[in-house]
Order: sequence, then C-alpha cells, then structure tokens
Amino acid sequence: MTTEQARQTIKDILREVAPDGDPDTLGDDADLRGSLELDSLDFLNFVEELSKRSGRRIDEDDYPQLATLASGAKFLAGP
Amino acid sequence: MPALGADMDEGTLVEWLVKPGDQIRKGEIIAVVDTAKSAIEVESFHTGTVGQLVVPAGQTVPVGTVMATITGTGAEAAGQPTAKPKAAKPKPAKRAPAKRAPAKRAPAKRAPAKRAPAKPGAAKPQEAAAVLPGSPLVRHEAEQLGVDLAAVHGSGRGGAITRGDVERAATARRLRVTPLARRLAAELGVDLAAVTGSGPGGAIREADVRQAAGVRAPAAQPARAGTAERAGAMRQTIARLMARSKREIPHYYLSNTVDLGTAMAWLRERNRSLDMSDRLVPAALLLRATALAARQVPQLNGYWEQDHFVPGPAVHLGVAISLRGGGLITPAIHDADGLPPGELMASLRDLVTRARAGRLRGSELTDATITVTNLGDQGVESVTGVIYPPQVALVGFGKVADRPWAVGGLLGVRPVVVTTLAADHRATDGYTGARFLSSIDDLLQRPEEL
Repeated sequence: MTTEQARQTIKDILREVAPDGDPDTLGDDADLRGSLELDSLDFLNFVEELSKRSGRRIDEDDYPQLATLASGAKFLAGP
Repeated sequence: MPALGADMDEGTLVEWLVKPGDQIRKGEIIAVVDTAKSAIEVESFHTGTVGQLVVPAGQTVPVGTVMATITGTGAEAAGQPTAKPKAAKPKPAKRAPAKRAPAKRAPAKRAPAKRAPAKPGAAKPQEAAAVLPGSPLVRHEAEQLGVDLAAVHGSGRGGAITRGDVERAATARRLRVTPLARRLAAELGVDLAAVTGSGPGGAIREADVRQAAGVRAPAAQPARAGTAERAGAMRQTIARLMARSKREIPHYYLSNTVDLGTAMAWLRERNRSLDMSDRLVPAALLLRATALAARQVPQLNGYWEQDHFVPGPAVHLGVAISLRGGGLITPAIHDADGLPPGELMASLRDLVTRARAGRLRGSELTDATITVTNLGDQGVESVTGVIYPPQVALVGFGKVADRPWAVGGLLGVRPVVVTTLAADHRATDGYTGARFLSSIDDLLQRPEEL
C-alpha cells in the first residue's frame, strides 16, 4: 500500500464510521478523534476496519500512530 | 401510544409491522413510532391476535391513545374474565418484570452453554431447541427474533452464543434506516426494501432515499428544515425532562477518584492476547463495575414513584449516547449485571449503532433502572449528572488520565478516573451513595473478577 492509497483508505473508513464528518476537509496533521468527534467505540470501529482492509493486526500500542491522517498513512504504508 | 421514556408526550406512527388477524406475542415488535428523539420499535404488551389498527401511519397522537386492539388468547388472556378485545395498554405502567422474566433463568446456565453441533436440519427453531444451542434466554431471544441459532457464530465463552450474537444476527437481516430517511421515504413514496444503504452497517440514510427517488440536491432545503425541526423538538424534550428532574428531585452529589492502574494493565494484556473483535474499551469495564455495584447497593437501582422507592426488577443499565445530529438518548442494556465484560461490550456497541441508526426498541427506552454518563472521550475530568426521572441515581465517569498518585507511601504516576454519583435524596442518603461509589472502586481493583 502506498502512502496515498493508505490515506485514501483511512478517509474511506472515516466516512463510514463518522457519516456526518467530511474527512476531505481534514488537515494532514489534524487530530482525527477530536476533529471528527470520534468516541472510543467509533475509534475501535475505525481500527477494526483498518486492520481488515490492510490485513495487519493493529494493537492498542499502535493507536498513537493513528492520531492524524499523515501519521496513519505512514503507519499503514510502512513495512 | 406508549410512553417511550418519561420525556415523551406524543408520537407519530411511522408504520405498522403487523396487520389485522396476525398472531403476535408479547415483546414482539409491532410498530415503528417516531418521537422527538428517534424512531423507536414498539413491542407488544400482549400476546394475542391483532384486531383493528386504529391509528393510521403518519398520524401523531398523544401518549395514552389507543393505537390498536389485540384480542387476547391463551395464557395471557386467561387472567381476563371475558375474551373481549383488549385495547393496547396506554402506558407500560409495570416496569415489565414479566417481559424480562426469562432473564432470571439465564445467568446460571450461560457459561456452560452448549454449542449447536451443526446438525443437518437444525435450521428449524423447534429442532434447534432440541440440541440446546445457547442458554434459555438466548434461545428465547432467537425464537422471538426469528434467528436460526445454528447459523449464528458464538462470541461467548467457549464459543457460546450470546444475546448480543443473536441480536446482531437479527439486525443484520433487518433494514436499518435513519429516522430522517424513514420519514423522507414515506413522503416520497420510496420502498425502503429496494434502497441500498450507504451508512454504517448498511443503514439507509437520507441521501440514499433521495437517490432512490430520483430527487436531486435542491430538495436539501426542506430536509435541512426537517433536521432543524427535529433538533429543536429534541431540545424541548430534554429541556422538559431535565427541568422536571431539577424541580422535583433533591439531588445530592458524591465523587471519588479511582486508581485504574491494575484495571488498565489487565485490559491492555487482555486486548493484546485476543482477537481484535474481542477488544474491550475501558468504558466497558466501568459499565460492568457500575452494574455490579448497582446489584450490591440495590437502593440506588430503581424508581421513585408515588412518594416511595420501587426497586428495579433487574439492573437495566441506561447509557447516555450522544446522537450525531445533536442531543442524546439513554437506552438501557438489559440485565447488565449478568453480562460478563465481553458481552457487555458487544451490547454497548450494538446499542450505540442502533441508537444512531434509529433502531432502538421501546423497552430499551423505558426500562433503565440507573443511568451512566461517560464524557471521558470528550476529555472532561468529571461529570456531575442530572438524574433521569423516575430513576434515583446517575453515575458519571470522566476521562481516564495519568496523574501523580500515592501508593504505599510512594508517589507514582497512575491512570485514574473521577467517578461521580448524583442521587435522589428522597430515596437514599449520602451514606448509601458512598457505599455505591466505594463498591465501584473495589470492583475495579480486581478486574480479573469482573
């Protein structure tokens, strides 16, 4: 997955878990949970879906890397 | 028209799910009603045959209006001297001990629930019952919802099928529609069964209905007005109920800071070793501890009615859920004290999803015996709540935050959470409230026993 694909995947999933927010208006370094008002269950839905589509397990210790679009895309595209 | 919560005066019948002549059972969903807050699935209070549907779809009527007649049959009607048509009960006056009766049998048998040995032909409910998949409660629920247990994947201990599994299987089959979309579909004459939902879990949203109807964006104007109207109605509903609470209930408030060091470490280990779908959030542990504390201190679990305290028939834990469009709703997790953390978590996720998709059931909105509000995700340190009448207690949780904390004479950094209790002084005194908060604290120190 390239960084750009990862970014798109993250946006797609965010659109599903937070249907009222628009991920396209998000800044690269904006805090996802704060900007889209995701609670812990929304975030868990987001992480689960992300794991499903990327085919990799995401542990709670990885959550800090999913804080923003930029860091999340880097995490997903990484090795 | 049942009162679906203390804050409802009228409701609009959206649709009947039954027709005259249909056999219905108590607890079966028979209609969808729109309230200021949400579209709600209304369950029948009786077993019998549908006589006449009095209120047509689209009509708004006050609480207490007869909506349909049900002719009693069998055991339910035996208590009535004549078999004359019995009008639908105006209010769920009884807090439904009978309705939830099967729950009492369940807890003891849940753990060793036998998994259906995928027998050919186990598809029919009768035959499924013969091989005993799931606890009696689960089988009852499956039968009511028309779910084939043989096809359900169990998420409980040892692969046992839980109520959450059954409900998920049932909702997966049912149409999920947001209230706005439902109303729009009625206005535009769109058949919802033919609409593909683009929302979470395939929920049908406003845009999907518009697309199906071939209506373009300009129609967004009245839609916005509709949303604003609903938001306004919801504010008024909340305003009335909360004003009543503050006017009538002499609140007293207590708070306690709980060290979550052990609980968070346990949670982290647990989540790391399990599949992602079994992951627990801290809120699930907090709810679990609250439900058990409510069982230990039953004086806070119930209602203040006609100048005295009426204990709740079980611990039905109300959970404040914020809705996307603004406002909040507080549906109950039934028999929460009997659900281990994993099942409680599944119930919570299911409830949040359905609350936001407009698929709550009437009993979930009327049965709560104590309510929890958790504003931790919003970053506040603590929340001191307003009690939902006629309940007598509201429990608040702030965020789990690392703080300097003294343990055994040494200063360390520990994750802590501020737990608060707002309670009705007519029903209890501070001493009882204090016991409740210290119960929650004790329970959270032994997470492995939760």
